[in-house]
Amino acid sequence: MKHLISDVLTITKRQLLQLARVPELLVFSTIQPVMFVLLFRFVFGGSITTDQPGGYVQLLMPGIFVQSVAFTLASTAIGLAEDMKKGLIDRFRSLPISRGAVIIGRTFGDALLNILVLVVMALAGFAVGWRPTSGILQTTLAFLFLFMFGYALSWIGILVGLSVKEARTVQSIGFLVTFPLTFLSNAFAPTTGMPKALQYFAEWNPVSTMVAACRQLFGLENKFGATADSWPSQYPLETSLFYMVLLMVIFIPLSIRKYKNFSS
Amino acid sequence: MKSVIAENLVKTYDKGEVVALDGLSLDVEEGTVLGVLGPNGAGKTTTVRILATLLKPDSGHATVAGIDVIKHPDKVRELIGLSGQYAAVDETLTGWDNLVMFGRLYHLGRQPSIDRANELLERFDLTEAARRPIKTYSGGMRRRLDLAASLIVKPKILFLDEPTTGLDPRGRQDMWGVIQDLVKGGVTLLLTTQYLEEADQLADEIAVIDHGKVVARGTSDALKKQVGGERLEITVENEDVPVAQEIVARISGNTTHLDLRTISAPVLTGSVALMDTLRALDEAKIHPLDIGLKRPSLDDVFLSLTGHVAEETVEEPIKKKRGGKK
Repeated sequence: MKHLISDVLTITKRQLLQLARVPELLVFSTIQPVMFVLLFRFVFGGSITTDQPGGYVQLLMPGIFVQSVAFTLASTAIGLAEDMKKGLIDRFRSLPISRGAVIIGRTFGDALLNILVLVVMALAGFAVGWRPTSGILQTTLAFLFLFMFGYALSWIGILVGLSVKEARTVQSIGFLVTFPLTFLSNAFAPTTGMPKALQYFAEWNPVSTMVAACRQLFGLENKFGATADSWPSQYPLETSLFYMVLLMVIFIPLSIRKYKNFSS
Repeated sequence: MKSVIAENLVKTYDKGEVVALDGLSLDVEEGTVLGVLGPNGAGKTTTVRILATLLKPDSGHATVAGIDVIKHPDKVRELIGLSGQYAAVDETLTGWDNLVMFGRLYHLGRQPSIDRANELLERFDLTEAARRPIKTYSGGMRRRLDLAASLIVKPKILFLDEPTTGLDPRGRQDMWGVIQDLVKGGVTLLLTTQYLEEADQLADEIAVIDHGKVVARGTSDALKKQVGGERLEITVENEDVPVAQEIVARISGNTTHLDLRTISAPVLTGSVALMDTLRALDEAKIHPLDIGLKRPSLDDVFLSLTGHVAEETVEEPIKKKRGGKK
């Protein structure tokens, strides 16, 4: 236990070193979010009309932020599955290192990468007209929310990666989970256009509450996503916080237990 | 003292459908090399994974340096080095990055980790490639780096799972040299292999395993004796054949086998029979063209013990390719 922190940092450092040795990885992980910003802003943004002051981009950016951090689930799972396949996890497990250090270290590494992705996206958003109006404190809080959300999801990714073991399968599962979650939400279009059953799902979807929370924190009026007077629509901040805590309370112990016990 | 003991290990997969280990027992005397020899799917890797604390057996008992691997895996991990069949290092990082990282994970300080990395790179002839990503390494270089990673804390007990599988003959020779140096340094080594020649070269003792069980064990010599012992074999000029045949029959006390001008017969004590035969031939003024003791190869051993040759695999035809040599 006394080595837990240094073990975790060593594993995290390994991921940063990977980015330094293969800079293409860094480029690809930042290009995709920037591409989404530009696509939605200029392809869909032109045909979506809203009475939002500042235009669609104000509503869009929180959605794209949340979508990008949601992809952490897949990238964590894929990275872990690849390490397992290559036998690297076996080597780590044969070392006298603290239990859980390998997976905690990975979540930290992915979290650090998320900070960078968020910064790049914020700059891209700013370039295409996104302007948070709530002041520095609330804006920072929004980014803290996004960061925490990505971190919570990467623990689901850990469990998926440990359970599936095959990187390509993990990738498919990652997309199967993240695409419906991000699109069956208020991220890109109002949920009012959806069939009733999907509206309920979209309302309670953590992606929706996160998007609504961010919009609120960036200084928008929370109306684009709300479909009813339901609890998650009314209290997106509280609900999002609850979801994040819930995910971590469930998935951190499950993942650590799985890691300790897994045998292949 | 026994450094490694495995007793009645049983491990099944897929709810008992596939039996990987079926009551496997073995032990390794401190400071010696045990070669675990068997075909693909015999249970070699499963055995190593259990001893290296990566896998729990369904039943059975195992200790490493007197410590129970199931009850105290953490303590065992501090004492062992493991190098697997696949080079388990981070391929995107350089050799140097990898060794420093593993040093840190063994809780050496920053500078000691760096020093140890440099030392191992030098020792395994990887200094020039130290700053290149592992991706660019040859198979032999990867294996050497993988082995180096398992030697960071100078473990007393080392597990090498098929250290030369997939290497070309040159790479294999290099690896054998490296392993022999380690053994001279006094480590206790458990080595798995599907190459009979490798077990013969490196191991003090050999455990032959098949279908999850040890089917024979002993020194390479003892195993060969078990299969049929030594044969005396001499080749003489045509006209000397009848006399020579009589001499060999008398000294061996066995019926002889004649193949052209070569006479052979099983003998109990090879060196004595060899000297007696030479003396008798000399008295009879016969000059043999060739004389020697022929011992069965480990291939013969494997075939007679298991009923099939070492690299034969029915269940896993794809893996066969990796075996390379037939």
